Amino acid sequence: MIADGVEDEEKWLAAGIAGLQQNAFYMHRALDSNNLRDALKYSAQMLSELRTSRLSPHKYYELYMRAFDELRKLEMFFKEETRRGCSIIDLYELVQHAGNILPRLYLLCTVGCVYIKTKEAPAKDVLKDLVEMCRGIQHPVRGLFLRSYLAQVSRDKLPDIGSEYEGDADSVVDAVEFVLQNFTEMNKLWVRMQHQGPAREKEKREKERSELRDLVGKNLHVLGQIEGVDLDMYKDTVLPRVLEQVVNCKDELAQYYLMDCIIQVFPDEYHLQTLDVLLGAFPQLQPTVDIKTVLSRLMERLSNYAASSADVLPEFLQVEAFSKLNNAIGKVIEAQPDMPTLGVITLYSSLLTFTLHVHPERLDYADQVLGACVKKLSGKGKLQDNKATKQIVALLSAPLEKYNDIVTALKLSNYPRMMEYLDSETNKVMATVIIQSIMKNKTRISTADRVEALFELIKGLIKDLDGSPDDEVDEDDFKEEQNSVARLIQMLYNDDPEEMFKIICTVRKHILAGGPKRLPFTVPPLVYSSLKLVRQLQGQEENPFGEEESTTPKKIFQLLNQTVETLSNVPAPELALQLYLQCAEAANDCDLEPVAYEFFTQAYILYEEEISDSRAQVTAIHLIIGTLQRMHVFGVENRDTLTHKATGYSAKLLKKPDQCRAVYACSHLFWVDDQDNIKDGERVLLCLKRALRIANAAQQMSNAARGSTGSVTLFVEILNKYLYFYEKGNPQINVAAIQSLIELITTEMQSETSTPDPAADAFFASTLRYIEFQKQKGGAVGEKYEPIKV
Amino acid sequence: MVLVLAIGDLHIPHRAADLPPKFKSMLVPGKIQHIICTGNLCIKEVHDYLKSLCPDLHVTRGEYDEDSRYPENKTLTIGQFKLGICHGHQVIPWGDLDSLAMLQRQLDVDILITGHTHQFKAYKHEGGVVINPGSATGAYSSFTYDVNPSFVLMDIDGLRVVLYVYELIDGEVKVDKIDFKKTATTQATH
Repeated sequence: MIADGVEDEEKWLAAGIAGLQQNAFYMHRALDSNNLRDALKYSAQMLSELRTSRLSPHKYYELYMRAFDELRKLEMFFKEETRRGCSIIDLYELVQHAGNILPRLYLLCTVGCVYIKTKEAPAKDVLKDLVEMCRGIQHPVRGLFLRSYLAQVSRDKLPDIGSEYEGDADSVVDAVEFVLQNFTEMNKLWVRMQHQGPAREKEKREKERSELRDLVGKNLHVLGQIEGVDLDMYKDTVLPRVLEQVVNCKDELAQYYLMDCIIQVFPDEYHLQTLDVLLGAFPQLQPTVDIKTVLSRLMERLSNYAASSADVLPEFLQVEAFSKLNNAIGKVIEAQPDMPTLGVITLYSSLLTFTLHVHPERLDYADQVLGACVKKLSGKGKLQDNKATKQIVALLSAPLEKYNDIVTALKLSNYPRMMEYLDSETNKVMATVIIQSIMKNKTRISTADRVEALFELIKGLIKDLDGSPDDEVDEDDFKEEQNSVARLIQMLYNDDPEEMFKIICTVRKHILAGGPKRLPFTVPPLVYSSLKLVRQLQGQEENPFGEEESTTPKKIFQLLNQTVETLSNVPAPELALQLYLQCAEAANDCDLEPVAYEFFTQAYILYEEEISDSRAQVTAIHLIIGTLQRMHVFGVENRDTLTHKATGYSAKLLKKPDQCRAVYACSHLFWVDDQDNIKDGERVLLCLKRALRIANAAQQMSNAARGSTGSVTLFVEILNKYLYFYEKGNPQINVAAIQSLIELITTEMQSETSTPDPAADAFFASTLRYIEFQKQKGGAVGEKYEPIKV
Repeated sequence: MVLVLAIGDLHIPHRAADLPPKFKSMLVPGKIQHIICTGNLCIKEVHDYLKSLCPDLHVTRGEYDEDSRYPENKTLTIGQFKLGICHGHQVIPWGDLDSLAMLQRQLDVDILITGHTHQFKAYKHEGGVVINPGSATGAYSSFTYDVNPSFVLMDIDGLRVVLYVYELIDGEVKVDKIDFKKTATTQATH
């Protein structure tokens, strides 16, 4: 059916074009021979083709354009005729003899324009005559094209200000009147079009109607271009008349298109000065009109206008643009109870963009917008609509982008309330946007109150919302989120220790609610923030003002202890051990022996009870020995306890080589370069001897298990330690011991059962080279090394 | 001429949010042929970032590294130089030159690169160099109170290596240059 219809239409169009061309041919001939009568006859016949009602608007337009071109030739002919002495008045009469009304009116419009050009009659009279006569065509498509023709050919002949057709009798008022009348008539035809034809083709007809909208809109463009339409005339005549037509036509399609057209065609400052009137029309529109799009465009235009120059801003204030728009939106939403949530949010989103552009300093306006939006959303629960949530994210992102500063957004009391409407997934997205904004702008959040407000906003990342942990979260996504929170914690900072302490307490309160999955990510940055604060306070006197309440390192250490402790529930013993040791070292720097001892104790308990993986044990032992070696706060007793334990742990590691290395590392616990009281040469030697025994045992084990001795690396390592302490002046380490170790290694390497190990050979060789090198240095060192034979 | 970036102890996100922007704008892909990272990155994002600067990335394991597959130490040869990498928490006393020199003899390398202390150091001694590129983020360290963010670029050309030390001091990037020749005498100039 439809295919046939299209085919038929093609045929009819082809027939129309053929008829048109044929008559145009005769018309040309008549024009060439200056035969006016024939010219009129054939042009009328040619224009008769436009009387068809079989073509869709699209095809009709094609036919119309061909006729339009031909009519230009006819117009030229009429002009020449008048120049040759033919009376234009006669011509104007003559064309009215055409038999059919449609060709007659096309010809009349064509001659009418020539008439105006000759200035033999006032333009306004001719225009009025034409626009009235066109009423003769009431068929929508034919009428629309005819009037469109009239609008087209008359547009440069309007008695506009400064135009050659302006005269005592003709003024811009007449020009406006003419265009408005044509517009009104066209709109009526256009609206009426929907009722013509069978109801079942309504959809198709609406589509066709939509294709014709620019014909109607052209009138508004013409109005927009009339120089003489100043603000007063726009306000008093043009806008009220246009709006009257728009409102009264009660047609959704026309209302949507024309409102948009008004907004696009007329200057921004006119809109600003007539906001009341323009906005007043919106609630009167049909409830189905997509007002949000139109209003959003208006606000967008006004925002751009405001951004164009600072000079125009006072105008916005003067007309109270914000409150007018805000009211209008409220009214529109009331008038359209069926407006989807997306529409509501879109409207407020545009208003927010508007106020951020126009009144960036009026934070209360932005808050009002959010507040109004929250009010409209209230009672609807969490949003389910994807697009609406996206729009909320855009809405909430706008202030961040504008101010580049979360601190400003934190002042918006309705901001967190707005976030309540996001589902937990989107809440996280928004929280991530907020964190990214902070990171990008390097915003420092410097008060506990703001930190509190910020954590309220990003709580979607901080804890499990809705009570139950979400098992479906992708592990990598989760990590990324939590790492971003960890980064964020670095931005929460104040130089004032009191405030910083408050910040730390606030952060702590929130992150501890995060549960075991989050703590390993969030506890370390908090610990380091706290340790930085300890550093800052360290130089100061304890309680400089004698105030009990003031922040002291001790107080922070108590908090740190409790904070790191939370990791035991995770459990994350390795991380906790590392943090305890960091705390111990900080306590050492503050000369707080009991505190440092407590941290070490905690670390040891974790080592003994929780860390069972052998590789993790090796790392932990290195950290314990490394930290302990650096501690100077401990008295003899505490130090002995801790070093004794550490040596014990070392000797109990699973793998012999690990044991051996840890034990010789312990030797450094008894001989510290810059501490005169820690120079226990004997115990250093004991450690090294013990390491040697373990290395021997390792060799024997290897021999028993594999039939060959293991590498000599451990021996070479121990030899290096001997050299180290020998050089440091440890009286217990003597040349004989070194010498016998060198011989031992040489023998081992030459032994038939030994496993060849080039790395160990190279190590030994470079150690011997080192001895040689030290000898050659001369002086005290050279003397020391001289007796060692290699 | 080969450019090698030596970098480490970023401690992101535990102790620092990110690299300083000035460093980030200097470190662009396509200029560096190898990256040597001593460890404590600590997370995959940072690993990926370094990888984006140069795909030839060599990392050793710091105690905070999320990725436990990084080796404790590693050696590689670039041009005429043998390089060794280790985070350094395994070498006790921490940051002690004589102990690091022992590790250098053990790995039998010309250049040893370690971290852990967050203090930039470059020593020349009997025919070798020990470098600590410091912390690229200026992360908190129990060794020193004022950590300036720093990293090292090594320009290896034949038997010569030039170290460019980039340090961020009061918001300004300061560059220091240290020259080292493999067969050179051992007198330290820095």
